Amino acid sequence: MTDTAVRRPRAVRHRGSIAIFLAPFGMLFALFYIVPIGYAVYQSLLVVERDGTFGPAVQVFGGLTQYIAVFENQAFWSSIGRVLLFGVVQVPIMLGIALVLALLLDSPLVRGSKFFRLAFFAPYAVPSVIAAIMWGFLYSPNLSPFTGVTQAVDFLSAGNVLWSIANVVTWVYVGYNMLIIYSALLAIPSEIYEAARLDGASQLRIAWSIKIPLVVPALVLTGIFSIIGTLQLLAEPQVFQSFTSAVTSTFTPNLTIYSTASVPNISLAAAMSVVLALATFVLSFTVLKLTQRRTAA
Amino acid sequence: MTATSPRLEKAQKTAKAPKPGRENGRSGIRESAASRTIAMAVMVVATLYFLTPIWWLLVASSKTRADFTTTAPLWFADFALFDNIAALFDYRNAVFLRWLGNSALYAGVGALLATIIAAMAGYAIAKYSFRGRELLFNIILGGVLVPATALALPLFLLFSQVGATNTIWAVFLPSLVSPFGVYLSRIYAAASVPDEIVEAARIDGAGELRTFFTVATRLMAPALVTIFLFQFVAIWNNFFLPLIMLRDESLFPVTLGLYVWNTQVSQIPDIRALVIVGSLLSIIPLILTFLGLQRFWQSGLASGGLK
Repeated sequence: MTDTAVRRPRAVRHRGSIAIFLAPFGMLFALFYIVPIGYAVYQSLLVVERDGTFGPAVQVFGGLTQYIAVFENQAFWSSIGRVLLFGVVQVPIMLGIALVLALLLDSPLVRGSKFFRLAFFAPYAVPSVIAAIMWGFLYSPNLSPFTGVTQAVDFLSAGNVLWSIANVVTWVYVGYNMLIIYSALLAIPSEIYEAARLDGASQLRIAWSIKIPLVVPALVLTGIFSIIGTLQLLAEPQVFQSFTSAVTSTFTPNLTIYSTASVPNISLAAAMSVVLALATFVLSFTVLKLTQRRTAA
Repeated sequence: MTATSPRLEKAQKTAKAPKPGRENGRSGIRESAASRTIAMAVMVVATLYFLTPIWWLLVASSKTRADFTTTAPLWFADFALFDNIAALFDYRNAVFLRWLGNSALYAGVGALLATIIAAMAGYAIAKYSFRGRELLFNIILGGVLVPATALALPLFLLFSQVGATNTIWAVFLPSLVSPFGVYLSRIYAAASVPDEIVEAARIDGAGELRTFFTVATRLMAPALVTIFLFQFVAIWNNFFLPLIMLRDESLFPVTLGLYVWNTQVSQIPDIRALVIVGSLLSIIPLILTFLGLQRFWQSGLASGGLK
């Protein structure tokens, strides 16, 4: 933006073109991002009222009634608690694996890194629904290739199913996160390592003291996207309902919203959506700020 | 915010020339055999973890119903893959082919249009200065943080207001918006489309739109392929939106169709074989696309991941 002086006259000349470039995206973004969010907020402020028991239902303005109902809804909060627990365990494990694999691919220790890169990334091309169906079979006590394991441990029991789902999510997303971290590693000029190499530093030492600090921005980025994904968990638990009764209709916040909307209690579901979106935003924003402070210090 | 780092470009050329910066490591004097072995062992274990489920799916899809439960799950028995595919396509008037076609329409056409629309906006934000430019860009960036699932219910409320749920448009139109695409296009256009070239096209008498479509898009190609691919995957994978919008089976994308079949396995056991071979068929196009276009998306991803 240093050359504003050069650009300004062009802007005046091309006002019409700028509008043509921006109009399609602007209209669609407004229609399918901003308007729905606004409408959900509006819907969340309504309550249904009836004249007597059998009177026709009318929607009237109810202020924050639905939000009070959300805060009193135990199932909703336990589903939030469940995905937070999931995230606290799964996100660090997934990013840890992604980081280790990216560092190994970037180190001179590994040959055939091109093959490994693609092999690790392949699961990202598997839709969550399909990944969950596949792992559902692999966890099955009778059909799994590893019946020795699956008959000893019940992966689909109420106590274990959350972590079995965590494994499915990890399997799909490690490679994607690894590639983002790996791209950040490739962007480090190799001259930075030269001095350390000449001083006799080991690969481990170089990774720990030079590479990891330099890829922190990539880790923050992947971390934020992972947190968003965790709070939005839906497809995997929804599929697992076919394999086990341990996944209830209020297992994750989005499942709770879906089952509330199917009741149908649209206004309450809309209020839940708004709360979940705010929670997602606050959480990813906090992570961003916390890590920024740490890297600045 | 460089678009493609010099080292990445270098890395992509490794097949042709050795990387000068790495020769120390490659000469193998410093790295002990033990650390090499441990590193390779980690790689092999990880490969097994990531590829075994896909391998299992391939093997399971190739088996007859009897062999599926009685033979070793990770190796082939009688090869019946094509019979299974034929059975899948036959089932209920080829409804699976219809789902594949729907997915191709939603994801293929959707991602193509989304890419063009996002590239136009990103290019305009990068190459013209106008009032409110940064504000607009920041609002769009906020959109990157709003996940597709969070919008599904609000979109449903909106579409039911105009009576358009359970139509193709209810799934197709929302997938034309890619805030991430605008973000990536802006960064990439700023770095890889020089003002001099735009100016030269103008002097040659090309209009602004023509300059964009004939000159800029070519220079932005790696970013455009990346946007297309990731939007394609995002639409192909989006489950909540079609789940909540669609009732009519003939409009389902393939993931929703397979999900519904999977819920019916306990009532109709025969359908299990169809779910397995259908799952295989639904991931092959994605894997092949990624493999075929990897040269583009790997450099495009590098420019997006580095902020």
